Amino acid sequence: MKSEHKISEEEVTIVEGRHRPKLQIWHLLALLLIILFCLFPFYWMVASSFKTQQDILSPVPKLFFLPTLENYQRAVTKFDVIASLGNSLIVAITTTAIALVLGTPAAYAIARFEFKGKKDLWFWFITNRMLSPIVLALPFFILARNLKLLDTQLVLILIYLTFNVPIVIWICADQFRNIPKELDEAATLEGYGSFGIFWRIGLPLAAPGIAVSAIFSFIFSWNELLYALVLTRRYAQTAPVVATSFMSGYELPWGQIMATGTIVVLPVIIFSLIVSRQLVRGLTMGAIK
Amino acid sequence: MITSAKKTYSTRAWLFLAPAVVALLAVGIAPLIFAVWTSFQQFLLPKVHLKGAILNVWPIFDAPVVWLSNYRALLFDQSFREALGRSLLFLVINLPIQVVLGTLIALLLHRPGNDWVKNIARVSLVIPLATTFAVVGLMGRLLFNNDFGFINFVWSHIFGHGIEWLANSQFAFVSISIMDCWQWTPFCALVLYSSLTMVPVEIEEAAQLETDKWWHVLRKVQLPFLLPGVTAILILRTADILKMFDVVYIMTRGGPGSATELISIYIQRIGFRSFDQGMASAEAIVLLILTIILSRIYIRFIYREI
Repeated sequence: MKSEHKISEEEVTIVEGRHRPKLQIWHLLALLLIILFCLFPFYWMVASSFKTQQDILSPVPKLFFLPTLENYQRAVTKFDVIASLGNSLIVAITTTAIALVLGTPAAYAIARFEFKGKKDLWFWFITNRMLSPIVLALPFFILARNLKLLDTQLVLILIYLTFNVPIVIWICADQFRNIPKELDEAATLEGYGSFGIFWRIGLPLAAPGIAVSAIFSFIFSWNELLYALVLTRRYAQTAPVVATSFMSGYELPWGQIMATGTIVVLPVIIFSLIVSRQLVRGLTMGAIK
Repeated sequence: MITSAKKTYSTRAWLFLAPAVVALLAVGIAPLIFAVWTSFQQFLLPKVHLKGAILNVWPIFDAPVVWLSNYRALLFDQSFREALGRSLLFLVINLPIQVVLGTLIALLLHRPGNDWVKNIARVSLVIPLATTFAVVGLMGRLLFNNDFGFINFVWSHIFGHGIEWLANSQFAFVSISIMDCWQWTPFCALVLYSSLTMVPVEIEEAAQLETDKWWHVLRKVQLPFLLPGVTAILILRTADILKMFDVVYIMTRGGPGSATELISIYIQRIGFRSFDQGMASAEAIVLLILTIILSRIYIRFIYREI
């Protein structure tokens, strides 16, 4: 044991030794470049949201400027911005809640039971991740128009289930699989049925995964544009749609647009940082951990 | 005895699955069936009239049924093929850039040393990935503006003159590509970084003792672990580019002309700006078939068993 340890320590020193200080500096510079690349466009938007129109339109970009809150005041007092943020919030929370109720039992079944057609079912869930929203937007528009559901929050809540239920299933199935089967057996001896086991053991133990899937579901709903663009006109417009609608006409109010953009993106960034460790898993449907 | 036990097992599974499956059938599959039916019709939105509805849910229109003629038209429709070709070009240009840059970033993050900065870099990679696509489009409009955009400021300092980025066909394509690379290179980097962490430390260290060249270690030791990640990226990003809408819609609306009209933007125009729902549905079904093929490949390569 001891000698093994020694060797690995020697290896480390050799490996570290090869990383000469000069290389370390290049490494540092490269890392800083990555950070700059990732953050600059974001920083530029946020900075612009604190600039006056005059500062934004300056042909020589102003790195230093007198920040103003005017853009935020204007954006927030605009009725449609506030209304759209409310719509986004209601839609995202409701669709997430429904997706959890529908998705967690299904995930449990995928993780715990063997049944016919399991592979096909899984395949169907996966396809939803790959599906271009335009494919569903076309028929949904006509169907919703006929049902007088256009421009309502309900139609968005329903159509967002098409990607939220699968994401809940992918992430939670993984989580359920990690619960030791012995616990189920013990619970069976206690007299629990399969629903009891799911409710009393599965759900509490999978809570972290369920929370992560809820956050994903919220993020995807909050970010969605195409369905909202096609299926709403005025009353149910979500925040990304309103942010987009500023982008027409001459003499764009750039400061307000960027302020709105910043407000829209802020909750998503916070949530994403919370789940940043699971982000890759969510975006690859659990294929890559 | 055994079969009956199996059967109750299966029934129980379906009880758990039923709510999700019924909901997805209602909001996912039923509209698709409707789209297939629409694609068999000459369905011009302003011209068709409602004749009634089955169960008050399923509308029947007086649009003439033309069966496969939309699909036949599609075969010879140059603009559809061009839109698909454009998406393919977008893929062929951007995917290699993103995978190569992503690999480099992953290697830099994997390399020992500068831990503190590395952690900041890892967090920064989340930012582009998390940014609302629509907002990425807004950033693009700001950065690539030809009068006061930051990109043009830098460009004209280097080359002496500015460029009308979003008004020129080629540069508009480059602009949306750059925004796509900004947003998705971090995704590749994070996927590949997590693949790199799977390489057993002992093997990697042994290899590093053998050779001085990092690319030898990359090719001989790390590559086998990177391959599943790369495959996942290839397939998912292909699907994403077929889906791509928000950023392009906001930056260029597919223009100038049709220079940046990728497939989803094109179908949206046919369906909601030219109002030819029949044709758009046929195009959407073709897109759906492509998606299903992609998903099959994804499952085949990525999920060996579930």
